[in-house]
Parts: sequence; structure tokens; C-alpha cells
Amino acid sequence: MSPHVTTYDLATTPLRAVNQALHAPDLEGEVRIEHPLGAHSVAVGVNAPVKITIAGHVGYYAAGMSQQAEIVIEGNAGTGVAENMMSGTVVVKGNASQAAGATAHGGLLVIDGDAAARCGISMKGADIVVGGSVGHSSAFMAQAGRLVVRGDAGDGLGDSIYETRIYVRGTVRSLGADCVAKEMRPEHLEELAGLLKAAGHVHDDPASYTRYGSARKLYHFAATNTY
Amino acid sequence: MCGIVGLHLRKPDLYPRLGALLAGMLCEMEDRGADSAGIAVYGDPTWSPAGRGAISLIAVGASTDEVARALAAELGVDVSVQARGTTYLVNAGVDSEELLAAARKAYPKVLVGGFGSDLAVLKGVGRPTALAEAWGLAGAQGWQGVGHTRMATESAVTAGGAHPYAVGPDQCLVHNGSFSNHATVRRELIAAGVEFDSQNDTEVAARFVAHQLAAGKEVDVALKELCTTFDGFYTLLVSHRDSFAVVRDAIACKPAVIAETDDWVAMASEFRALAHLPGIEAARIWEPEPEVIYHWTRAEVSA
Repeated sequence: MSPHVTTYDLATTPLRAVNQALHAPDLEGEVRIEHPLGAHSVAVGVNAPVKITIAGHVGYYAAGMSQQAEIVIEGNAGTGVAENMMSGTVVVKGNASQAAGATAHGGLLVIDGDAAARCGISMKGADIVVGGSVGHSSAFMAQAGRLVVRGDAGDGLGDSIYETRIYVRGTVRSLGADCVAKEMRPEHLEELAGLLKAAGHVHDDPASYTRYGSARKLYHFAATNTY
Repeated sequence: MCGIVGLHLRKPDLYPRLGALLAGMLCEMEDRGADSAGIAVYGDPTWSPAGRGAISLIAVGASTDEVARALAAELGVDVSVQARGTTYLVNAGVDSEELLAAARKAYPKVLVGGFGSDLAVLKGVGRPTALAEAWGLAGAQGWQGVGHTRMATESAVTAGGAHPYAVGPDQCLVHNGSFSNHATVRRELIAAGVEFDSQNDTEVAARFVAHQLAAGKEVDVALKELCTTFDGFYTLLVSHRDSFAVVRDAIACKPAVIAETDDWVAMASEFRALAHLPGIEAARIWEPEPEVIYHWTRAEVSA
């Protein structure tokens, strides 16, 4: 291991001490966090150009509110991984529980496995690429950013969506209110190819995906808005 | 909030470690509920000796010797009573329902923790770590155990409000969440002749499942029926001496993680409760999907 990697062992070091160290104003280089054992709030609120590797499964809200950092979780993540992420990248090597990337404003969240319900709920500008499938109510009230699903999506995809663009390769069990399938124009194929490449899925054919987005019928109140 | 844990062992070599593993899981979930807790253990040789009917009585208000004498007088057989915290574990060489009837006759207002041929249910008010210590949980053995750490929302903090609800023979149910139509379902069950011990919402679900099973339905059918009858939030772990089942409501906002290896199946509200199980590194770990019934049986294991 290169000498500039700082290693913390959560089996012996309190979580608060580790998170405080990650909030040091001059933080740089690489950090490795061992034995997370499902702890909550691992590496939240990091705002520095560092690479953080978490060696194992984490609990709730891992890498939440992250800015600039490049965070890799070598395992599964609990509820709300990378919630409200602002910039940088968060990669989950396993599966993510519900509300992955909730309200995230920027950056890239990559989940190699499946994401459970409410993936990208109220996302506000982040990009999320899910290697497997997403659960119900994903991209609920999603406002901006892009959500890519290489597998299938559950019920109510994109319910009450604003302007997030959703790309799904597999089947969608049902679409939510005001979410519709849309044409894949050249700019969408190009955008999707870029997102897939950024997440390491270079062999996917962007043309095999369907784009979904807002029908924009809920933007204004109408007595006939019935869903 | 509340926390749920459950461990279904497939490998007999692990049976002696059931209590220690379950205690670790339960105490890890103390953060999710610290007002009361309860456990059920299937197959401990002293808590529920093989071949004898067993019942758990909570806060009886009499000494173990008095209870043993009173029940022996009712049944005409020797009755063993041991105290674990405020729970009395009672067993005798009769069917558990016969033993239960004798207990209800001798102590009409007693709170029954559970009954069956292999089941011990212990529950009480207090912090889960203190309760597990008082019960001597770490020393328990068996093939299956479940536990619950409670943060009360729907009824009082009492032993009667603590889970598990073990209201049918060798059955047990623990719940994270809240049912919103439990009063309606309770009225319907009362009309059908079912009796209740508490005002607790989870008891209604347990009585509902027991009522379905008593009518001859399989556990997965009973749980499907539960999904269509109950409104509310739930992650449920429903066990029987030979089965272990998990179900979540359609919204699935109450957490659940399942892990499975060749040696065991485990379920908990959060992964950290599973993090110390032997072989967890190689376990298949997933989040159960809404309204899908996950069900394991011992017969399947030994086959």
C-alpha cells in the first residue's frame, strides 16, 4: 500500500473520530476505512479532493452530502447512500438500499448492483448509474440530473417528475404520474454513452435503452389532472 | 423505530452458539429501541426440554415453587419452573396447550409469553442489553431464535406490549412498524371468538396469523392474506418451530436485510446486526422486496 494512504479501522476507532479527521481543512491524498461493519454515517460531509475507500458494508447515509471526494464502498450500502451529494463520485460495489442518491445535487453515484426503492428520489442534478435494477418509486419528484438503470425499474418510476432524464434498458413495471417514454434523439444517445462510460459500462449499446421523462402536465394546476 | 433480528440455523454444529449469536444481534439493535425487548428461542434443552410441553409466563406474582406446586396440582404431573428475569419458563410432561390451560386456570390474569413443544419466549421492560444479561441469553442453545428491540408507538411500555407475540403453538411474530387499521381487524377477530391480551397493534397481526394457521392455511398463504387485510407499515418476521418467514408491506419503508449461507439464514433490521455472524463475508445478502414472502423450512434444510 502506498505510504500516503491513511488507514482507519472502525473496529477500534470511533466513527466520530474518523469523520472528524475526514473534515480536516487540509485533507488530501488517500484514505482507507476498514471494518465498517454496517456502521451508519460513514464518511459523511467530506469536502476535499480525496480518494476514500471503505472496505466493507456500510449502514445508513454513507458518503452523504459529499463534495469533491471520490468515495468507493467495497460492499453494500444501507438507506440513503450519497444522499444530498453535491459533487465528486460515490461508487457502491454491491447493492444499495432505499433512497440511494436522494436529493443529490451534483456528482456521480454509481451502484454496481441493485438499488432498492426510491432510488434518486427528489434528485436535484446528480447523475446516478445503477448496474442492476431499481425498486419502486425511483426518481420520485426528481428535479434535475440523469438516472441510468441497466436492469429493470419497479412500480411508479418517475412519479411526479420534473426535469430529470431517466434511461432504462430493461422493463419498467409501471410509470408514475406524468412520467412518459420519450424519443432517444442523438443528443440523448451521446449523453447516455457518456454516463455509461463514466460508470465503466463501455460495452452497453445506448440504443438499447429507453428514455423517460416528464410529460410536463403537472406543472400547472388543472381540474383534469387526475392520476 | 424498533429493531428485529432472527437467526435460523441449518448446521447443527452451530446450535450451541445460537444464544450467543442472537444476543449479539439483539444488542446491536438496541439503538433502534431501548424501552423493552423480547426473544424467542426454539430448541434449548433446558428452556424447553424435548418431549415436554413448554410455556412462558411473565410477571406471575408468585414464586417459582408456588407456580410449580399450583400447576402440578392442576395436572397431576411434575412441573418444572425456572425464572429468567421476570419470565418464568415452565415445562411438564404434558402437551403445551394442556399446560397453558392449567396456568390460565391457576392464574387467570397471567401474561402468557408463548407456548409450544420447543419454544421459550422471554420479554420484559428495560434495555435489551440488560434484559439479555438477565435472561442468560448468551448461554441458550437451539436451532432458531428471534428477537425484538422496542420503541413503543402504538401502546404502553409494558411486558405485554413487548414483542414477540407468540399466540399460537410454537408460533412467534415480531414487527417493525405500525398498523393503522388494527382496531378494525381486532373487532373482526373478537367477533370470530379470538381473545386478546393487550391493546397492541402487533398482537392483532399475530392473532390474525394464528387464526389463519389454525384454519389450516400455510404460513405463506396466511402472510399473503395479512398483506391484503392490514394497512400500515411493517416488516414482519414470522417463525414456527419448523419455519422462518419474512414479509414487508408494499411501501417497504421499514428496513430489512436478509443474509443466507449454507449454515444459516439470518434477518435483521440493519446489516450491522448481522456483521458478526460466522461466515457473513461469504453470505448472500439482499433486501427483501415489498409484499414478497420469503420462507424457509427446516424440512427443506434436512432434505
